[in-house]
Amino acid sequence: MTLAELDVPVTHETVEGSGEEFFRATQWQLIWWAFRKHRAAMIGLAVLGVLYLLALFCEFVSPYSTLHRFDGYLDAPPSRIRIRTEDGAFTRPHVLDIEPTLDMETFLTVYSPVEGGESHPIRLLHRNPEFEYKMWGLFSTDRHLFGTDGAPVFLFGTDRLGRDLFTRTMYGARISLTVGLVGVVISFVLGLLIGGIAGYFGSIADQISMRVIDFIVSLPTIPLWMALSVALPREWSVVKTYFAITIILSLISWPPLARQVRGKFLSLRGEDFVTSSRLVGSSEMRIMSIHLLPSFMSHLIVTLTLMVPNMIIGETALSFLGLGMQPPAVSWGVLLQNAQNVVTLALHPWKLIPCLFVIVTVLMFNFLGDGLRDAMDPYAT
Amino acid sequence: MTAYIARRVLFLYPMLFVISAVVFWIIQLPPGDFMSTYIANLESSGIEVSDELATTLRRQYGLDRPITYQYFYWIRNIVTEGDWGRSFSWNKPVADILAERVPLTVAVSLTSTIFVFVMAIPIGIFSATNQYSLFDYFFTFMGFVGVSIPPFMLALILMWGMFTLFNWSVGGLFSPEYIDAPWSVARVLDLMSRIWFPVVLIGLSGTAGLMRVMRGNLLDELRKQYVVTARAKGIPEMRVLFYYPVKIAINPVISTIGWILPGIVAGEVLVSIVLNLQTTGPVLFDALLSQDMYLAGSITLILSLLVIFGNLIADLLLIWIDPRIRFGNVEE
Repeated sequence: MTLAELDVPVTHETVEGSGEEFFRATQWQLIWWAFRKHRAAMIGLAVLGVLYLLALFCEFVSPYSTLHRFDGYLDAPPSRIRIRTEDGAFTRPHVLDIEPTLDMETFLTVYSPVEGGESHPIRLLHRNPEFEYKMWGLFSTDRHLFGTDGAPVFLFGTDRLGRDLFTRTMYGARISLTVGLVGVVISFVLGLLIGGIAGYFGSIADQISMRVIDFIVSLPTIPLWMALSVALPREWSVVKTYFAITIILSLISWPPLARQVRGKFLSLRGEDFVTSSRLVGSSEMRIMSIHLLPSFMSHLIVTLTLMVPNMIIGETALSFLGLGMQPPAVSWGVLLQNAQNVVTLALHPWKLIPCLFVIVTVLMFNFLGDGLRDAMDPYAT
Repeated sequence: MTAYIARRVLFLYPMLFVISAVVFWIIQLPPGDFMSTYIANLESSGIEVSDELATTLRRQYGLDRPITYQYFYWIRNIVTEGDWGRSFSWNKPVADILAERVPLTVAVSLTSTIFVFVMAIPIGIFSATNQYSLFDYFFTFMGFVGVSIPPFMLALILMWGMFTLFNWSVGGLFSPEYIDAPWSVARVLDLMSRIWFPVVLIGLSGTAGLMRVMRGNLLDELRKQYVVTARAKGIPEMRVLFYYPVKIAINPVISTIGWILPGIVAGEVLVSIVLNLQTTGPVLFDALLSQDMYLAGSITLILSLLVIFGNLIADLLLIWIDPRIRFGNVEE
């Protein structure tokens, strides 16, 4: 094994087959070609696409509603979906009637199939009049992606009030997945504004904003997030709390971005194209937005992509502690409140499923960000 | 050099002043104060509290004064008498609670930081020298996973795993018989046998991030010509590796303490709440909820201090290790 294994540089020969196509392509085309080569990033993009689609269509995807309590199914484990009848022949997927019984040895409730119970096939595009919903507030329908007649089907089990965890996870995705995006937009505006002013005008503005950034960066985030979110009134509506949480998350997240913007402005403002633009009489605003910003936009996109998972984790952590989103709102962190002690976890491990969603989302965002970082500089050798 | 250190230390004072003011301001933001929470609790358990009693109680705790007065009173007592105020809910001086909890927080955070470096640097070096090997791919993947799992979630998952697999209930820094025991050799040993679990949890994401930094830096160094020259001269491979490239690649790693430390301190708070450790995390959480402001303020202040001192030490360490840095020019 030698130390001198050199990486093959990414050039027009390795990026795309024909040379001419390479030289004619726009920068974004080149970025896309380079990005496509990054397998992990493509997987990330695909998985995130699916997750966001689930969040977008959560009313349709989930068979029930978030607050409906199924009496007699408290803490029920994920339904066993059977594809064989009792005598072993294959049939369409179905669930059996189940009922809680008390295990006389451990005194724990266990769910087992009812003797001679019926089987209930799982139907796609199933209509369930009991769970009518208004899609995006536009039209009412009672059609769900899947469902059963008779016994309910719980893909992820139920919580201690008998609410379907799959439905709640899907609805939770809507809040958990968008908190990051909205938060990133706020941080982006703050970071761009403050970093831009600091880097472009320099001197006093620079000094002040850099000190503020040093200050915020050196604070431990979680205690401050906790302190700030305790200040939110409990009686606020879901929407209000949601925006308050995203603002709290982004208030502490913008400094790295501002620092990056400042650095870029500092290094670019002495360039010839800026001077020439000023000579022909462009306004400061025009130089900043037309000439400077596009030249490092790609770097900002990478930073933003990598900021989203931190926001998602932040929201989850706050809600998990009971300081973030408040029930009846549902987010992945709120769902994890049910999984706080080891006894619950040992008895009802399915309550950890929202954890899996958070981890997969964050992992995929990291893949995506990594791929973007590699692809954003298509001219690099 | 001395002048630089003096300047950095002097700069700490305004910083601490601002931090303490901001922290204090944030903590008193929620409507009401500890007394209103306290009275509400009393009333919900059926005890009537007259307005007079409430006023007397408020006066007794100084809660009837304006917030700026409360703040300066608090700061003055800390500076002049080392008195951090009184915790309403614990009904004892904050200093006593801090003396009990802060050393453990420092121990856990410090051990986690050491764990991060001890793990990340060798793995980074090995990944770089064996680029695209199975080992490298494995740790690249682990790096992504490690960064993606927040420590408190890992705590939940491992708690469940340990319990179902080994029927072992983790949680707490001490075995039950040592929780309230005075310090002794046995207690320290007991702590040692349990501290590794939170340390691994808290340190994992930092390790994952840092080994990538180390790997990347070393790879950049190894491609440089002086390495080729050294090898051409017939210097043994290990010496080529450790004499220059590793030394240079380690510098940026030291400067990452700046972003690793806040992560560790924040992670420690969450993990200690989940695992119910005897550190400041759970106390801070309860204090914030019950608006026990002197306690919450003091802990947040101390956690920030921990981060700031860590950064200062990291900067000094960097100057000491990297002779190219001239004091006074550490700004990018």
